Amino acid sequence: MKTTAASLAALAFALSFGTAMPAHAGKKDNSIRLAANQVPESLDAYFNNVRIGVILAHHIWDHLVSRDPKTNEYKPSLATAWRWVDNQTLEFDLRKGVRFHNGEPFDADDVVYTLNFVSKPENKSTTQQNVNWIAEAVKVDAYKVRIKTKKPFPAALEYLAGPVVIYPNEYYAKVGPKGMSEKPVGSGPYKVVEHQPGRLIRLQRNAEFFKESPRTQPSVERLELRLIPDQNTQMAELMAGGLDWIYNVAPDQARQMKAVPSLEVTSGETMRIVWLTMATRDGSPVPQFKDIRVRKAINHAIDRQAMLKTVVGDTARVLHTQCFPGQFGCTDQGAARYEYNPAKAKALLAEAGYPNGFEVDLYAYRERPQTEAMIGYLRAVGIRANLRFMQYAAMRDALREGKAGFAHQTWGSFSVNDLSASTPVYFKFEADDVTRDQKVRELLDAGDNSVNPSVRQVAYRNALVQIAEQAYTVPLYSLPVYYAYTKDLRFTPYPDEIPRFWEVRWK
Amino acid sequence: MFQFLIRRAGLALLVALTVSLVCFLLVNLSTDVATAMAGEGATAEAIDTIRKQYGLDRPLAVQYVEWLGRALRGDFGDSLYFRTSVSALVAERMPVTLALGAAAILFALVLSVPLGVVAALRPGSWIDRLTLTIAVVGQAMPSFWFALLLMFFFGVTLGLLPISGSDTWLHFVLPAIALGYYATPAIMRLTRSGMLEVLGSDYIRTARAKGLRAPSVLFKHALRNALAPVVALAAVQLGFMLGGSVVIETVFALHGLGYLAWESIAHNDFPVVQAIVLLISLFYIVLTLLADLANAWLDPRIRIA
Repeated sequence: MKTTAASLAALAFALSFGTAMPAHAGKKDNSIRLAANQVPESLDAYFNNVRIGVILAHHIWDHLVSRDPKTNEYKPSLATAWRWVDNQTLEFDLRKGVRFHNGEPFDADDVVYTLNFVSKPENKSTTQQNVNWIAEAVKVDAYKVRIKTKKPFPAALEYLAGPVVIYPNEYYAKVGPKGMSEKPVGSGPYKVVEHQPGRLIRLQRNAEFFKESPRTQPSVERLELRLIPDQNTQMAELMAGGLDWIYNVAPDQARQMKAVPSLEVTSGETMRIVWLTMATRDGSPVPQFKDIRVRKAINHAIDRQAMLKTVVGDTARVLHTQCFPGQFGCTDQGAARYEYNPAKAKALLAEAGYPNGFEVDLYAYRERPQTEAMIGYLRAVGIRANLRFMQYAAMRDALREGKAGFAHQTWGSFSVNDLSASTPVYFKFEADDVTRDQKVRELLDAGDNSVNPSVRQVAYRNALVQIAEQAYTVPLYSLPVYYAYTKDLRFTPYPDEIPRFWEVRWK
Repeated sequence: MFQFLIRRAGLALLVALTVSLVCFLLVNLSTDVATAMAGEGATAEAIDTIRKQYGLDRPLAVQYVEWLGRALRGDFGDSLYFRTSVSALVAERMPVTLALGAAAILFALVLSVPLGVVAALRPGSWIDRLTLTIAVVGQAMPSFWFALLLMFFFGVTLGLLPISGSDTWLHFVLPAIALGYYATPAIMRLTRSGMLEVLGSDYIRTARAKGLRAPSVLFKHALRNALAPVVALAAVQLGFMLGGSVVIETVFALHGLGYLAWESIAHNDFPVVQAIVLLISLFYIVLTLLADLANAWLDPRIRIA
């Protein structure tokens, strides 16, 4: 009884004195507390492929070159100059005087070790498509390297400015991917000071971030990223002052939050595209998808324009091909368009032998209200889709292993502004290709490996036309992201979906 | 009493063994363990090597005995997702779940026992109807919704309590209320009916006739007997709270066993799933056993039943 009385007394005390709460940090101590609803399986940038992993990588590490998000112009970063020596060789002059967070000086050995390690398939990098174009990296001298590509690869700089980050060679050789995940070491504007896997990551401003970087010197002293799986909890924390910044807010919630005077809500279209995958390769768990009429029926069944207005957000746009329109090579010229026509969808299903539709498992991992809206549209034409909602890695593995055949997918292209980072991932016979169309593969190969821009554009267009003609997927829309944050923060969103906290300032 | 203890402990052991077998079979039959361990993009050859290396090509019965042997020594292998020892992971997350479960059952008892007693003293009165309303609302309201209401009222509007995380004991107040409230109706109704029955019995009449004061009759004679079934129910509810706190842990971002279980299922992390299911079942079994023993101690008739 004494314990109970003590607990009640303590509770009453806490309720009477709000000051018993942990002190809020934020503006007062020049830090930003943010939340994500999932955390990467590894902090090693080459061993995760979730968005928050990409965002963290841009803060912890640095690139050889940097792409200006406003002008799309490449600027010197860890490399001061570069040139194509031939169709398959890029040469870089490296910057002197840069140091990693652990004090290790940056030089050619770091570039050579990082690129050669991550591009070797036996090292099992999760993001193979970001590095499998690299044949090898060769040291010319202490501050000069050459990167040889397996085939002509014109998008190389785009990758080197995005997902390909440089690690300190001595540290990485010693600790490997596991150690790099536990205690990441880079040369970027922020360094990791605490990592509680699956829970919390604390970053501290890198006071020695090299001044010549095209990136702004960071102003905010500390960043604290917490895993808060529930979006409502994130919103409550933001409103109560426990968080300063959240993202991926659902459109309807964003509308409500705009009414909160202390908060700012911004949104913008991103490079992230959304589509429905329909596995047609041998052994697909949904044999109905082998029939093109079924695939076309599903394309006709969904009212994408209405979805933009209701559950997606009106800063998005409807897509007709499997890429983001701003990416080099992406077009919907000449591609088949499937207008919303449920009657036609039903007729196509009946023609295919499914007058009463069929039952199917629909896998999804984010934007659940959108999946649920699509389930409604599918039901209206007779397709009874059961929602299988799970974490991204589990859904990806189920698709790769052929256990899933129908999925609500999204892809942010690792913020690479070139088609080679999107369509080929899902159509070039790699792990994520559940279609396996030889013609599409050849066309994409031609686009990926030509140095002639017009040849690339034609090849990519033909591949996109073939994919649309065969209705291999249901391209849906580009995904807008809604950010909500305290009004005292000066924050600018970019279409590449990377919040740049090194630019963020407290007002 | 000793014979009763042996009989019940033996039964609990049998239940634990059955649970461990079912848990092992469910995981092994629902997924190809070797493929999961090999990771994405692994070749058939690599998967085969792992199958042989880890003895996964042997009969399931042999694998089960070996797994059980290791589990008894506290070795559940490594997590496929977090790439760390399952035992360490579970040990790290367990305190949060235990603290939450204990706080929740404490809240449920503190709220429901007095209300149940008061309702029994004044059956049919407004206070009885109020407790009935609390019970109905508690049973009808989804826990995640109640959690959000608490969060917005105490965290956002009043700014009195932290909303998420597990840094201080204050962080457990709202989750404990949300989780504990779910157990309140059952405990309250049982206390009420137990008290009604006891208050109408001969020995209470005798106690009153002897001139004992009302509080003495109520607390010393009536409540002690009425609480025997409540003890058993509270133990079962505590087991339920330890195993069923997934939603509350997710909503309040408490990184306990419940949330770990949800994460592991989502990531196909079968060694963790297996360990948590076994552990939660053991909690449940031990708590039920303790409740049985406590009841037998309080009421000698049970020992010979």
